[in-house]
Amino acid sequence: MSSDNPIDGGSTDMLTDTRDARMGEGLDDRFNSRLREALGSSPFILTKFDKFMNWVRGSSMFMLQFGIACCSIEMIHTYAIKHDLDRFHAGVPRASPRQADVIIVPGTIVSKFAPRMKRVYDQMPEPKFVVGMGSCTISGGPFQEGYNVIKGAEEVIPVDIHVPGCPPRPEALVYGVAKLQERIANGESSPVVVKPYELEQFGDMERDEVVDKLADQIDEETLAMRYNWADSP
Amino acid sequence: MSVEETEETPEIEAGVTVEDEVLDTLGDTVQTTEEHLNADASVVVRPDQVQDTLSALRDDMGYDHLSCVTAQEYEDRYESIYHMKQYDDPTQEVSVVVPASKDEPISQSAEPVFRTADWHEREAYDLVGINYEDHPDPRRILLPETWQGHPLGQDYDQDSPQIVTLSEWDNPLRDDHVDDEADTMFLNIGPHHPATHGVLHVKTVLDGETVADVDPDIGYLHRCEEQMCQNGTYRHQIMPYPDRWDYVSAGILNEWAYARAAEDLADIEVPEYAQVIRTMSAELCRIAAHMLALGTFALDVFGDFTATFQYAFRDREVIQNILEDLTGQRMMFNYFRLGGVAWDLPEPREEFFEKTRDFLEELPAKLEEYHDLITGNEIFQLRCVDTGILEPEVAKSYGATGPVARASGIDYDLRRDDPYGYYDELDWDVVTEDGCDNFSRVIVRMQEVEESAKIIEQCVDLLEEWPEDDRTIQSNVPRTLKPDADAETYRAVEAAKGELGIYIRSDGTDKPGRFKIRSPCFSNLQTLGEMSEGEYIPDLIASLGSLDIVLGEVDR
Ligand code: SF4
Repeated sequence: MSSDNPIDGGSTDMLTDTRDARMGEGLDDRFNSRLREALGSSPFILTKFDKFMNWVRGSSMFMLQFGIACCSIEMIHTYAIKHDLDRFHAGVPRASPRQADVIIVPGTIVSKFAPRMKRVYDQMPEPKFVVGMGSCTISGGPFQEGYNVIKGAEEVIPVDIHVPGCPPRPEALVYGVAKLQERIANGESSPVVVKPYELEQFGDMERDEVVDKLADQIDEETLAMRYNWADSP
Repeated sequence: MSVEETEETPEIEAGVTVEDEVLDTLGDTVQTTEEHLNADASVVVRPDQVQDTLSALRDDMGYDHLSCVTAQEYEDRYESIYHMKQYDDPTQEVSVVVPASKDEPISQSAEPVFRTADWHEREAYDLVGINYEDHPDPRRILLPETWQGHPLGQDYDQDSPQIVTLSEWDNPLRDDHVDDEADTMFLNIGPHHPATHGVLHVKTVLDGETVADVDPDIGYLHRCEEQMCQNGTYRHQIMPYPDRWDYVSAGILNEWAYARAAEDLADIEVPEYAQVIRTMSAELCRIAAHMLALGTFALDVFGDFTATFQYAFRDREVIQNILEDLTGQRMMFNYFRLGGVAWDLPEPREEFFEKTRDFLEELPAKLEEYHDLITGNEIFQLRCVDTGILEPEVAKSYGATGPVARASGIDYDLRRDDPYGYYDELDWDVVTEDGCDNFSRVIVRMQEVEESAKIIEQCVDLLEEWPEDDRTIQSNVPRTLKPDADAETYRAVEAAKGELGIYIRSDGTDKPGRFKIRSPCFSNLQTLGEMSEGEYIPDLIASLGSLDIVLGEVDR
């Protein structure tokens, strides 16, 4: 029922009037879309269900509201006025990972944060996609040599799209997101990588000097991440 | 004007030098004195006399601002340097140097005298490895609890493996309330939470809806900035990093902090023309930074992406465009060079001036709109007036600076009190408010935007008139800078969030021996507990927003 017309009393005249006016003369074609016109008279489209789902996924992405470092400022600019990521079916930032499909990792990941980021990623429902934003998520960026810096997001979670730059311009991020949509629509998923840093129970870790030293500090059941800096790229 | 002149004057005029006075006050606690480029006196005291020395300096001589605590390791000793200033006159500076032995680096904590020493000393312990006796909370602060070794110490092996846990946190107050009617609840805010402005983790204990205890847990963005700067050469490799400390487009203000310290250390003059450009671009950055503070604060208080937030970002886009024309980048400007700036204003100059003037012209109307939207809004006032009170004495003890201090009535602005750049030639005012609450902090920022606009306008006027044959943008600086070995300096500028200071000690090579960043957010964030304990939880969020922290600068 149309709600923008004031309704007075019990008469439905006005309602019918407007409906008639809207329907116009002749055949009722309110439900006809341009797409349907293009497809001809059949109201059906034949497609593979997978393909359809991929198209849907790519066209309606819920992003996780996730800020880390400098890149997140440019990410906010991408969401905000002027660049407006919403125009590309990807603009609903969700505060909870449980409602998000895509996580943009915007910044430097350090040792203390990596386990938390992994946890946030794990909480997202499948299928999920990752956009790495900025040089920091590729290699550690300007902080690559830091004693505390993870050399890229891919050490911890799989990444679908890398957007280089320090920080990438909003246009670049938009391009990255568009590329991701393209991949999703084509049914491609991120390559499976061997992640060097996993969360595991402390008790399961191989015993060595560090583990021995920490043995009375950390509970066997506690989840922990072990960084072998020497093997990092 | 040259930086050196301002330092010498108090000594010459006084007849009795500040150093004599300090020595007089402190008596035999002082072991020796040292050379420090900009402190009027630099005294060495024994590690068990830190508290006596600092309280004497504070109570008898008025050094009430513990600006920076720097820890470092030498071949033969450890050293903590307490750099003290006066809130009334920040050019009065004294350094207290506390050596500690190599085998047993123990030093008395200054926390009972200055509350701000709490976090500073924790950081010193964490990164360098000095133990502070009497410290109320001797934990690591930036690195995870399970970290092995102290990365800025001398024999740290960066390649050794580390283990970091993902454990649940304990309620620190659970046992306090066992036989009480009241029950407490532990609440994690962050590290991934929209209201923490980045990756801050606030461990909060609630008693009903009131906050019983807050403990900000930082270090989720500790990117080893100090190590990076110590590995870079003075001339070119350090300048890109300051942009990434306070990254909300306040880059140029940060670059200035490094430029000022290094120029002081290596005795470099900056041409006047470059000073005007510096001043103008720095104030543009300040507006951008305050706009973000405003937008995100509205986000915290009103929730979700509201009009204010979008407007603030609209205005930031305009500034970023101007800065992009000037520097070539939207955020990470890397525009300053030691001895000047990278390049002149973009050609055609008229276009640039016009663009800047347009922005300034529209600004008052826009600010009016912000006032309508937020400060004039009753709901906003209810949330912010008289919440998050920070008394001036408390603020001083925590070393708060910038808009946070000025909203508590502390009239402290380094642009005026310890002038650099072109500020002392221009006509502008320092904004203070006496409200001490969340509302005042917002108002101070909004008024500072107006003041910055005034400064920019005057700079644009100056630049427009500037004779063409006198546009030197850089003085002659040698390709490789090697300041004298053991020269040390601490220099600060007024960044968007407050006093951003850099301590540099040269070791005679082209890279700094020790590079320490005194971040205003780090000190300001410490006041969160004072502001929010006993208040409602939504006020905690508002207070956190009104502090306007940037985690890149807190954690460095
Ligand atoms: S890539 Fe550059 S801008 Fe982005 S988080 Fe890293 S340092 Fe900051």
